[in-house]
Amino acid sequence: MKNIKTLMLALLISGAAFNCSNDDDAIQPRNILDFSGTYTQDDQMGRPAINTVFSVGDATKNSFNVTPPSSQNAAFQAGFESRLLALNSGYTTNALGWDAATFTGALATDVLTVSLDGTTTFFDGNPANTLSGRTLANDVIDVELLLIFGGPDGSANPTLTTDGVPSNDKPFLTSFPYLASPW
Amino acid sequence: MKKLKILLGASAIAVAGFFMVAADHIDAPDVAGGTSDITDYYAFQGEDDDNIAFVANVQGLLSPTGSAAAAFDENVLVEINIDTDLDAVEDLLIQAIARDGKMYVFGPFPAGASAGTSSTINTTAPVTVVDITAYGTSAVTTTNSSTGVMAFAGPRDDPFFFDFDQYLAILDGSAPGGFVNPGTDKFAGTNVLSIVVEVPKSLIGGSGKINSWVETKSK
Repeated sequence: MKNIKTLMLALLISGAAFNCSNDDDAIQPRNILDFSGTYTQDDQMGRPAINTVFSVGDATKNSFNVTPPSSQNAAFQAGFESRLLALNSGYTTNALGWDAATFTGALATDVLTVSLDGTTTFFDGNPANTLSGRTLANDVIDVELLLIFGGPDGSANPTLTTDGVPSNDKPFLTSFPYLASPW
Repeated sequence: MKKLKILLGASAIAVAGFFMVAADHIDAPDVAGGTSDITDYYAFQGEDDDNIAFVANVQGLLSPTGSAAAAFDENVLVEINIDTDLDAVEDLLIQAIARDGKMYVFGPFPAGASAGTSSTINTTAPVTVVDITAYGTSAVTTTNSSTGVMAFAGPRDDPFFFDFDQYLAILDGSAPGGFVNPGTDKFAGTNVLSIVVEVPKSLIGGSGKINSWVETKSK
């Protein structure tokens, strides 16, 4: 019995090996994908242009990109406020009614607030919708210029409150993935 | 990106005259021009208004030829952070990383130990896998039928628009009149590498407001 069992086992094994050698997929896993390891931060972004505009110097810019948002206000708000006043020494408030401390306090924590309840937009003129997201078509440059240079009612410094480029070079798509095909 | 970095030089950064916004396109020396350089981030209600679409763009100012050669770096993790209780600490993550011509999009899932500036990839989270769209081909998209998460990854027209050259002229004093109207879009005719992930609102808090931001991390 033992010999028969051993023989049968040997036959089974050799048979399996013969089959397997003709079908690599059965014994070789397909590409083993390696997702292991620890990834450490290089860059970060919430709202457009904040670091570029308000952080002065390479060291500050680099630091801003690796500081968690919950730590950004303490580290950067005061510097942002100085920068705002250096850029626009006449700054009092802007079209949202924010003084320098309030404005830079909002910007220093670099996150994009997004509404889950309806309209999402960076700014559409309706105060209730301000900073509820960022659409592809939002002219964030003009918005930020206006808030920095436009004064309390947006009419100050007219040569600085728009860059004269109101839209993208290609129309966006109404459906996913929304961004236009590449050039 | 490198050309712009040279143009900017030290003067633009040092000048306390004007500054300009360039999304994150001309961001910071350590990442400028590299494969972990974020150019832009968007979050908006999807065509289906039960969803939010997140867009994370990297590697800006790609020419058409450059776009054909550009690729997502497999050592760079693109991580969308979602803060549902508005304390500026992420509660949920969406992690996207390329492997062998596909973009693997994990999540959304609770951030846990991967909150902060170091992360590991959560391979136990629901994953949406999409073929990276090759330059010059139609957009390939995938929907995870269980979660409803949609994904796209590949070259796209850079959606950012700005008269960057006039901005530089203002900075160096050669444009005392400020901007012109109409201006010239520096980013016209250029592309980026884009990751677009659309997520049901029910997976990211359901109602109210969230804070969100994007990080790139490398190994």
